[in-house]
Order: sequence, then structure tokens, then C-alpha cells
Amino acid sequence: MALKRGRGVAAINYPTGMNLGGDPSQALVHSTPTGAFMVTLSSVDLGQGLRQVMAQICAETIGIPTEQVTIDTADTDTGPHCMGTFASRGTHRIGNAVAQAAREARQVMLEVAAEALEVDAGDLDTDGKGMIHVKGAPQKSISVFDTALAAHFKYGRSISGRGMFLVPRSFPETETGAMKPATCYAHACTVVDVEVDDETGEVDVVSVKNVFEVGRALNPSMVEQQLVGGSWMGISHALYETTEPYYPAREHGGRDFNEYLMPGPGNLAETETIVLERPAADGPYGAKGVGEMCANPQIPAVANAIFDAVGVRIDSLPITPEKILRALKAQRAAA
Amino acid sequence: MAKVPVQLTLNGTERAEFIDGGLTLLNALRDRFGDTSPKGGCHQGTCGACSVIVDGDLKLSCLTLAETCNGAHVETTAGLAADGIQHPLQRAFLDGFAAQCGFCTPGMIMAAKALLARVPNPSRDDVVEAISGNICRCTGYEPIIQAILSAARSNSQNAA
Ligand code: FES
Ligand code: FES
Repeated sequence: MALKRGRGVAAINYPTGMNLGGDPSQALVHSTPTGAFMVTLSSVDLGQGLRQVMAQICAETIGIPTEQVTIDTADTDTGPHCMGTFASRGTHRIGNAVAQAAREARQVMLEVAAEALEVDAGDLDTDGKGMIHVKGAPQKSISVFDTALAAHFKYGRSISGRGMFLVPRSFPETETGAMKPATCYAHACTVVDVEVDDETGEVDVVSVKNVFEVGRALNPSMVEQQLVGGSWMGISHALYETTEPYYPAREHGGRDFNEYLMPGPGNLAETETIVLERPAADGPYGAKGVGEMCANPQIPAVANAIFDAVGVRIDSLPITPEKILRALKAQRAAA
Repeated sequence: MAKVPVQLTLNGTERAEFIDGGLTLLNALRDRFGDTSPKGGCHQGTCGACSVIVDGDLKLSCLTLAETCNGAHVETTAGLAADGIQHPLQRAFLDGFAAQCGFCTPGMIMAAKALLARVPNPSRDDVVEAISGNICRCTGYEPIIQAILSAARSNSQNAA
């Protein structure tokens, strides 16, 4: 009886969003009379930072500081339609809708500024700090603030835009079953080292190394935060968490927090996380969806590492000491 | 049921409310005293989201009867910022991206505050021990551990 070391690798190809009925999301953008911008959505921020990233996308597109953007979201009674925050679709789908709405609003803003400056709208640019100026002649300029005032009180224009994300629905080909379920894919690879006690079946995760390919990290700190948390969650799914330990039998299922097993801060494996950026052609500023992907590759990597360590294949989750011991027993019986 | 008077000092302000006997401190704070910073995750002492400091000690407010806090000093995260300036722990959590959904954050911060009051320069193990009664679904704990260590460092720099 001994502690056995093992290493497991897993790589995944992760679709962003889904394609049931085109995966639509809408966004509306409008300016206040003083040149701040509102983005109206129905998309819920669960803590992953959707509001921050949507504000960045809107600000970048219109050419104003992020602080000038307010995100009004999560009232599905009054907001434009959104399929929801799931399937890692938020940044990509809703971000595309916000970018489109912001482009239209920017166009109106530049038209109003052009009228005020008596120039052509095509000759105007923004400095990202609140000014609109003639390209190559920064002294000929007007602030976004004054442009918004002029639109509201002088020219009778609404500086606003509508955005919509929708992909053509993809049906499976009858002959081959082939279809296009997603528009872009993120990728990840994880290497896990474990130590398995072949007497108790206990697994100690010694190290976790992840590489995530995310398209473009629109907010690098929040991307890293989500990946680090997700990696831990993947390990937790692999080894601990379940409400149905003997599915389909209902016995011994956790009924509350007391009985639901989840690792605490004392069980952290040494974790390294690397981000690769390969911008997606159809993503807002190249972003893909990484929300769920971050907790996926650790699970097969742990299963593979256990196989490498003690030679048993566990194909249901979580991989509990009990399952490992039963498999080891069967292995010895077969030998 | 007869109401019971409870008088306590909440984040430095004297407060009094009539409450139902048997009400937990968590529900009294949230529903009677209007301080919703402590969160109710499990209401059974398992998640730590409801952690507050009572007379200097870290308590799970879901397992504390409000009546037993008569005359006590109760601290919650709602009282941490002074004149709009964030407490070093709040600053460190923000700067270190140590919250995602934020549900565990008030409990984590109060557990950390109680630790730093006891051990101003904690080791990583001290920090892990101090938050071992707090569950976080989102962050994987590491950013929280780092934020608490960094708040401790900035505290000791300010003291020096
Ligand atoms: S609500 Fe008190 S410990 Fe969970
Ligand atoms: S940040 Fe969501 S539970 Fe900790």
C-alpha cells in the first residue's frame, strides 16, 4: 500500500454560446443631455463582470471614457430582449449587440458634431477622453458634452443606437448530422499532478497547470480572476461535489450546505494559469466566451491523472475514494 | 408573541429595536436594524457569509440570538468605510479582484478583520485558518488569501 503519483492531461475545444434559434441578444444605447451614455440590456451580471465589460465595449466604440457609460440591465420587463447569461455567451453575444448599438450612436454623435463644426462627419474623430475633433486638426473640436447638448436642444436629434446579435439558425444535415452549433471556439489545456493513496482511495491534487485561449481578454484582471476561480471549481467538481452520490438512487444525497462537500481554502492545489490571446474574427474586439470553459479541462485531467497513478478508469463524477477503492478491488480480483 | 427590546451599538451608533423573541442576530440586523451587509447563505452555521464581530469576537450571526447581544458592540462591513474612505481590507479586496458575485465577501472581510486585530502580521496559514469557516463559490480562495495578506502588509507599513 502506497502513495502513487500520476499526471493527467486534457485539452478542450469550447463553443461560445449556442445556436438554438440564432442565440439573439439586443442592446440599446442612448446619450443623456450632457453626453453620458446609457446602455440598456436585459442581461444579468452574476458577478463575472458583464456590466464592466459592456461599459468598456460601449466606451471604446463611441470613443469616450468608460466612466461615462452607465449599464442599466437585468430588468426583463423593460429591457430589450436577451437570451440570458449562460453558455459563456455574455461577452461575445451581448458584447456584439452593444458594439453595434454603440457604432450607430457614435455615427449620430459625429453627424451632430459635424453640423455644429460645419465640417463633414467623415472627417471627425474622437480622442477617447471626451472630445471630438477634425482629423489632423485637433484644435477644431467640440466636446461630447456640448455635442449632446446641441443634439438635444438645438438640432432635435437623439444620439442613440440599436444593436442586435443573431446568427442564422443551423439545422443538422439529414445525411451526415453535421451542423454549425457555434460561431467561435475557445480552447484550454490542463495538466494535473495527483497523489493517490491506494489504501484509502484519497486523492491529493499536487499541482494544476492551465492554459486558456480566450480570444481577447477585454479586461485581463477579470479574465484571470474568472479562470483562477474556475480552475478551482473544476477540481471541486472532479473530486467532491454532487447532490446525487448514488444516482439514480436518492439515498445519501446532500440536503443542505452541511452535507454538500466542497473544498475550503485549506485544500488548494498549487495552480498556475496562463492566458493566450487569439482574437476571434466575429467577437467584440476579438473576445470569445470563457465562462464555463474555465472549469472544464481539470475534470478529465484529474481522471487521467488517477488512471496514470493507480491504473483505474473512473468514468462518473465526482471521483470519490469509494469509487477508486471499488475499482482497485475489481482490478485486483481480475489480476 | 411578545416583543423583546434589544439595545446595541451597531458600527458605533446606539440602536434599539423591538424584536420577536428567538430572532437570530442575522435576521435582526437585516430586517429590523436595516443593515443588509451580513448575508444569509445557509442559516445553519456552515458558510460564514453572515459573520459579524460582537464585542471583538467573530460570530456567525445566524447562530447568535439577537437577545443575547443586548448592550453589545456589533460590527459589520457596513461600518468599515470611514468618511467614504474604504477600509484597507475593502481596498485590498477591490485591488486584488477578490470578489466575483460578492456574496461571501462581507463574511470574509469580517473574518479577516478579526484575524488582523489578533495577529497583525499573519502568515498564509494563519489566513487560511481564519477564513476556513467561510465558503466561496467563485474565486477559488487564492485572491482572497492574497488580499488579506496585502491588507496586513499595508497596515503594518502605515503603522511603521
Ligand atoms: S448564514 Fe450563517 S453560516 Fe451561513
Ligand atoms: S465571490 Fe462569490 S461566493 Fe465568494
